Amino acid sequence: MFASENGLKGDPRLQAITKAITVVPHFPKKGIMFQDITTLLLDHKAFKDTIDIFVDRYRDMHISVVAGIEARGFLFGPSIALGIGAKFVPLRKPRKLPGEVFSEKYSLEYGTDCLELHVDAVQPGERAIVIDDLVATGGTLSAGVKLLERAHAEVVECACVIGVPDVKGQCRLIGKPLYVLVEPRQVDKCF
Amino acid sequence: MSACTDEDPRLHGIRTKIRVVPNFPKSGIMFQDITTLLLDPKAFKDTIDLFVERYKGKNISVVAGIEARGFIFGPPIALAIGAKFVPLRKPKKLPGKVISQEYILEYGRDCLEMHVGAVESGERALVVDDLIATGGTLCAAMDLLERVGAEVVECACVIELPELKGRERLNGKPLYVLVEYLDD
Repeated sequence: MFASENGLKGDPRLQAITKAITVVPHFPKKGIMFQDITTLLLDHKAFKDTIDIFVDRYRDMHISVVAGIEARGFLFGPSIALGIGAKFVPLRKPRKLPGEVFSEKYSLEYGTDCLELHVDAVQPGERAIVIDDLVATGGTLSAGVKLLERAHAEVVECACVIGVPDVKGQCRLIGKPLYVLVEPRQVDKCF
Repeated sequence: MSACTDEDPRLHGIRTKIRVVPNFPKSGIMFQDITTLLLDPKAFKDTIDLFVERYKGKNISVVAGIEARGFIFGPPIALAIGAKFVPLRKPKKLPGKVISQEYILEYGRDCLEMHVGAVESGERALVVDDLIATGGTLCAAMDLLERVGAEVVECACVIELPELKGRERLNGKPLYVLVEYLDD
């Protein structure tokens, strides 16, 4: 669900967050309108608001695990974890985590990729959220959910700053509720 | 300078939460795993607080973090001190116009990139990473910031491996670390 449908309709913070995101057409390849959140990170107030909105949502939900997807999930997840008193668990590309891991393959448009989680990072029964900057197909978030479930955590929700309007579709794919702050920024002019 | 000399009581908790994994990623390396620190909300908060207490009110407007583990510590510090966060990334990850800085590895080279326009001339900046080893990556990071006219006030890391002499490689730039790891 979008933040605007869930109590934050008309919240001026959401407009400022959208404005702080930059669209980069045809990156990394033709046809993709890349949502660049690095400009959000340059806007201290908008970045702080982003974190505060997530912290306000999850603070009283007894979440003990915030899992963030490498690498842009690392930009948001730790601050959220600190804000709600949860641990932060990085979900990483293969061979980055030094300890024993669970691995989960997922499909890309061409080929497959893989995410890993330390096996001792999460205890059975812990309530977890999965964070990334953006949800598109939901493939990466799905892999993140599966990893946490293999560790017997309960994934309460997935949360992203940006998500495509067809949120219901992503919910089906991921199998979990999905909370998104804003829709993708549209390009104002075409070149 | 290192926080060890002051023996802030929080340092013991931080030090004991870092897991050393022998022979990762290859034989002979004692890998400093900070993921176990992140599993302890108090120790992680203390880590951030120690940096924030040092840098708040020092007119620092930029915290630059090195991909990927610098992304874990940098943003919370930036948010707490009122600075912007600038990610320094591996090649071809940043979508906009970038400047690149190559640096030497044990075998071969690597490269760090920063968005053009992210940092303005005259800004006061910190560079943050989880660990300093030889100092090669931190040097590349400082070069990027100095090339756009920023002043690097200090490099800040959770862990230092003093035997690798990274501190000397920083060309006189101050380095602040919370814990040192010495191989017994």
